[in-house]
Amino acid sequence: MSTARAERLVNLVLCLLSTRQYLTAERIRGIVPGYADAASDEAFFRMFERDKTELRELGIPLETGKNSTFDAIDGYRIARRDYELGEVDLEPDETAAVALAVRLWDSPEFTGQARGALLKLRAAGVEVDQSAPAASVQPRVRVEPAFAPLLAAAQNGMSVRFDYRKPNSSAAQGQTARNVEPWGVVSWRGRWYVVGYDRDRTAPRCFRLSRIVGQVSTDTAARTNRPDGVNLLEMVAGTGDTEPTPSSTATVWVADGRAAGVRRSGQVVERREVAGTPGDIVHLEFRHVERLAGWLTGFGPDVLVLDPDVLAKTVHERLLVAAGLGDQR
Amino acid sequence: MSGADRRLPRLLALVPYLLARPGIPIAEAARDFGVTAKQLRKDLELLWMCGLPGYGPGDLIDLSFDSDTVTVTYDAGMRRPLRLTGGEATALLIALRALANTPGVFDADAVHRAIAKIESAAGAAEPAGVVVGPGISEAETTARIRESVQHGLARGRALWLRYYTASRDEVSERTVDPMRLLVVEGQAYLEAWCRNAEGVRLFRLDRIDGVDVLDEPADPPPHAAPTDVSAGVFQPGAHSAAVELRLRPEARWMAEYYPMEETEELADGLLRVRMRYSDESWIVRLLLGQGGDVLIDGPPELADRVRQRAVDALRRASHLVDTSTG
Repeated sequence: MSTARAERLVNLVLCLLSTRQYLTAERIRGIVPGYADAASDEAFFRMFERDKTELRELGIPLETGKNSTFDAIDGYRIARRDYELGEVDLEPDETAAVALAVRLWDSPEFTGQARGALLKLRAAGVEVDQSAPAASVQPRVRVEPAFAPLLAAAQNGMSVRFDYRKPNSSAAQGQTARNVEPWGVVSWRGRWYVVGYDRDRTAPRCFRLSRIVGQVSTDTAARTNRPDGVNLLEMVAGTGDTEPTPSSTATVWVADGRAAGVRRSGQVVERREVAGTPGDIVHLEFRHVERLAGWLTGFGPDVLVLDPDVLAKTVHERLLVAAGLGDQR
Repeated sequence: MSGADRRLPRLLALVPYLLARPGIPIAEAARDFGVTAKQLRKDLELLWMCGLPGYGPGDLIDLSFDSDTVTVTYDAGMRRPLRLTGGEATALLIALRALANTPGVFDADAVHRAIAKIESAAGAAEPAGVVVGPGISEAETTARIRESVQHGLARGRALWLRYYTASRDEVSERTVDPMRLLVVEGQAYLEAWCRNAEGVRLFRLDRIDGVDVLDEPADPPPHAAPTDVSAGVFQPGAHSAAVELRLRPEARWMAEYYPMEETEELADGLLRVRMRYSDESWIVRLLLGQGGDVLIDGPPELADRVRQRAVDALRRASHLVDTSTG
């Protein structure tokens, strides 16, 4: 930004903050230094339009209105109560939390926004010591590209359209265009979800942001309202009243000196030799047969399943396919 | 907003900032605003030319300089900073909520108080539409490990660890000089100088099976630099080996979970990927575990190795049937 333009804009803000009257563009042209340089009416209005856009983009609440019903055209002013940041009185530990939070973002866009907030808090008199050593734990906040447009749509009551890939499916089979009226964006266990009303399914739905393919386009105004009392986090996390899958015990054999990952996850109960190879019998707690089978199969001859039968069979089938002996589908 | 356009927000924040800190050294103010002292002086010179209509000596912003410090003597009505924009409030509050929801990082009570005060000050800009839930699920045993690790970090002590290295499927004992704890994508890690490996290593807390805080001080060498985790924890080097795979739908989670170099949708519904790995035994376990859901296109030696492990497993398992039934 040129020095002349920066100076003109600061003067414009000071002028509009100091007036209770709405000032028309013509009055402003006569008062605020810099506008007199405009060569023509057209040049002035172009300049003034650009300046108004700049102020609004910074979040400056530019009001328009007439001082009396006899005025022909709208004027401008800035209401001080809408412009000024309210009182913020942070204790030292609260300030330290803010200083740390600003450093958590992994996104340049959000880091920039958070720093902008910090700058204003400092200007409000908050003392933030950024030279303080970094906290011993450093979580990071990451967002997918879809985050910003979805949040904006949720905040502005707009509907969105995006391509969504179902878990465990290919683009050809599982990618569908979705039309959603987002209610909010939710973080759960390190992942982001959007929750809203699915226009095609005519029901509330959750979508994982990492499965949104390509651009999110903002569509039309939302037709439905977010129902009162809906808990977005619960919609993502589940209500918690479903019983967790009960856990079972698997019995496996582990060759000596192998499969440390299996040993540390279970309990060695006895010694056993298999085909001349010494090893241990280990008990493992598990909930999901498929998940455990995939993990145990990976250890090949170092881990053999004795019980339960369903686990042994699943591992056996996977081994057959991997050995090139089974049903390749 | 482009970098050059950060000047106007800075100019608007400068006067209230200086008002709150009479006689502040210019260098200190420049540091707070993230600009050079030279740039800050230019900003102050510009503000000196601005003021209220009339623009006479009594209408302009007035600053008094005393050697290297500055004081605002007339503010022309710019006493408070501009309120936070929706974007600024959102960015700060999401990060604060993430902080509050990560166990063991920071006094959660202080974070919640900060959130309440900033929400109240942000007023109309209070962000709607974002809910930040729990960041990581921490098992009880991991919480105990974390507390010991934090204890060591806070007192600057070396740590003895019993650690499970998933890539090599080994448990080893080592002495480390802790550097920091960090959370990446919902997983907590200890970053430390490992004296055994003579390098900086990341230790996943849920893979630390035992920890002792030692009496000797932590002393990472000066060249021990923190890991850049912005692209994820596993950053395969260009020299590490690569495998070409085709993933069936059941194995597509791998493309979300592990960094892939290339991905290509194939007409038959499979996903072709190229994946780097640092340890062969690890990739063999991963691929073998997927059964037929992953097709290994190359290198052929790796495909052979996976197949051979499956054959060996079937052979040994057949003995198991024999011994248990006979």
